[in-house]
Amino acid sequence: FMKMTCTAKGITLKGSAELVAEFFSFGINSILYQRGIYPPETFTRVTHYDMSLQLTTDPKLKNYLTNVVSQLKEWLFECTVQKLVLVITCLETNEVLERWQFDIECDKSAKESSAPREKSIKTIQDEIRSVIRQVTATVTFLPLLETPCAFDLLVYTDKDLVVPEKWEESGPQIINQSEEVRLRSFTTSIHKVNSMVAYKRIDSV
Amino acid sequence: MAQFGFENDIHSILKLDMPITNAPMARWQRKVSSSNTLALNGLSPGKSANVSQSSSKTPSKTPGKNKKPTPSRIGGDRFIPVRNSKQMDVASFLLSKENEPMDMNNTENQKAWSICLNGYNIEDAKILHLGGKPLNAPEGYQNNLKVLYSQATTPASVKKTRYISSTPDRILDAPELRNDFYLNLLDWSSQNVLAVALLNSVYLWDATQGDIVLLMKMEREEDYICSLAWTKEGSYLAVGTSDCKVQLLHLTQRHIATLCICLAQHGISLPSGSRSGQIHHHDVRVADHHICTLTGHSQEVCGLRWSPDGRYLASGGNDNLVHVWPRVQEGGAGSQSVHCWNEHQGAVKALAWCSWQPNILASGGGTSDRRIRIWNVNSGSCISSLDTQSQISSMVFAPNYKELVSGHGYAHNNVVIWKYPSLTKVVELNGHEDRVLNLTLSPDCSTVATVAGDETIRLWKSFEVDPVKKKAKERLVKSTNSVIHQSIR
Repeated sequence: FMKMTCTAKGITLKGSAELVAEFFSFGINSILYQRGIYPPETFTRVTHYDMSLQLTTDPKLKNYLTNVVSQLKEWLFECTVQKLVLVITCLETNEVLERWQFDIECDKSAKESSAPREKSIKTIQDEIRSVIRQVTATVTFLPLLETPCAFDLLVYTDKDLVVPEKWEESGPQIINQSEEVRLRSFTTSIHKVNSMVAYKRIDSV
Repeated sequence: MAQFGFENDIHSILKLDMPITNAPMARWQRKVSSSNTLALNGLSPGKSANVSQSSSKTPSKTPGKNKKPTPSRIGGDRFIPVRNSKQMDVASFLLSKENEPMDMNNTENQKAWSICLNGYNIEDAKILHLGGKPLNAPEGYQNNLKVLYSQATTPASVKKTRYISSTPDRILDAPELRNDFYLNLLDWSSQNVLAVALLNSVYLWDATQGDIVLLMKMEREEDYICSLAWTKEGSYLAVGTSDCKVQLLHLTQRHIATLCICLAQHGISLPSGSRSGQIHHHDVRVADHHICTLTGHSQEVCGLRWSPDGRYLASGGNDNLVHVWPRVQEGGAGSQSVHCWNEHQGAVKALAWCSWQPNILASGGGTSDRRIRIWNVNSGSCISSLDTQSQISSMVFAPNYKELVSGHGYAHNNVVIWKYPSLTKVVELNGHEDRVLNLTLSPDCSTVATVAGDETIRLWKSFEVDPVKKKAKERLVKSTNSVIHQSIR
């Protein structure tokens, strides 16, 4: 997985897309585990970014995440993606309870052929690790999800993008009366990811 | 002044909402000017615009109507609306105005609204998601974080076992106590008086005051007390003696009956078990007191207990049988037992009715049996049984913590507290140096008194209730009592 990024000293567009896609894969798994959307026994522990992470073993979920992340990687490479949003909804009422938003700023000047940027993978991974640490830490202040929940992944792309097969347009799924918390951001120098979580205000529930 | 004029020019160029001077005329401007020219052409505003248009484009009259005038003019039967008074050109202007493109200000506004409402500008991005329903965990999964975070009190603290002292609260001497398994020598009255029979004397120990009174002493040296039992109110003590008599004592009053080694009382009926295996019922109110005799045991009756509601009398015999008898009816001689259980392999002396579940009876077997058996009297089935590894001499239910207390002879000579209904061992109370013969519960149910062959009476304060809880319970009992009284009335 890391071969392409490691051959060069710095980071290429392709390597950057892969790193960011990998971050989303681990990040989404972490959120689903930490927020209890999926049963903890369906996760397995792996070590990545020098930290212990949980990855799902649920075949259906695994397949879904692979599909989304591989498509996302393509869009990252094309620099046509603007946001990735993980929406947690109440299974019964479809009400949006939580919204994890990752704003992606792509440097559109970066091309496949352009020279690698000077930022070591180690530094990028350190930044990513602190973002995932923060995701884990949010459990302490996010309100408890008391009802069974479903989740969806929304990808904001450029307007002119051709919608791939099996993908559909969706609404933004905004939370009515939310509290927002900004998390750390990281950058590969080609893609910058700003993280934020919004949750339904408790007194308005 | 000149530079101000220049600045204004710059402003007007930069400001996009100003009309652009060299641009083609906007449609609405054209519209306005054309309608102005129409007006200037001599058409009054009252005259409709399409009238003027019809003159040039559409034929003014339908072909069919060429020859005849419309009937409206001559006051015919049809209503033809008159359009002359309608401001058709104004209406047309207002209608066409809506189709005009928005000016720049409005678009800005809309963009701001869009970002505010949608969180993004619809013009700039589209939102995609992989088709299908949002994913969710397999059915039946409940977020277990709830268990982690919303527990108010941990169950462990609620079920915390109380401290039970392993040493007796008090030890009383019982010299010359007759060490005989078949005798019932100890009873605690509801008036908090503990009666104990020592050889041929009955002593009363007032647990409130601590005074000891010698109640009676048999005259003949060879006679001894076999059994004693208080009436429910605690005002009378029935004493069975080896000279085949039952005496009912109220200070000096006495009744005389047959030989008896165990006694139990409920209300007016005083049954007595005998060496012959018969149980005699006595009416304690009258001189001709013997009501009937229950025949079921082939050997001596050593255990006898009324159920708390007075519906049944349980008896245990040396023949290893447990009988349950119905309450004696007025003049009902020769009544049959409701149940006869032969599961015990040893003499059944220990019998105890559950005070909070009146259909539950516990019985304990002797040395060759050593088992506690719990019976459902309504169904007649044995609910549970447990091997105690020791001869069972006496049992009582302790309601404060819903426990069962058993006194044991060979091999352990101890007292054991069992949790009911699980029959798990709560604690063993060791201290007696000989077999425990009898045990009885204090009226407040906090203390159990045991008498053993080592000529001591030990008081174990094992069931003390937390004072706070006790108060709450008393209040509850009071309120339920009043409800019952009301319903009876």
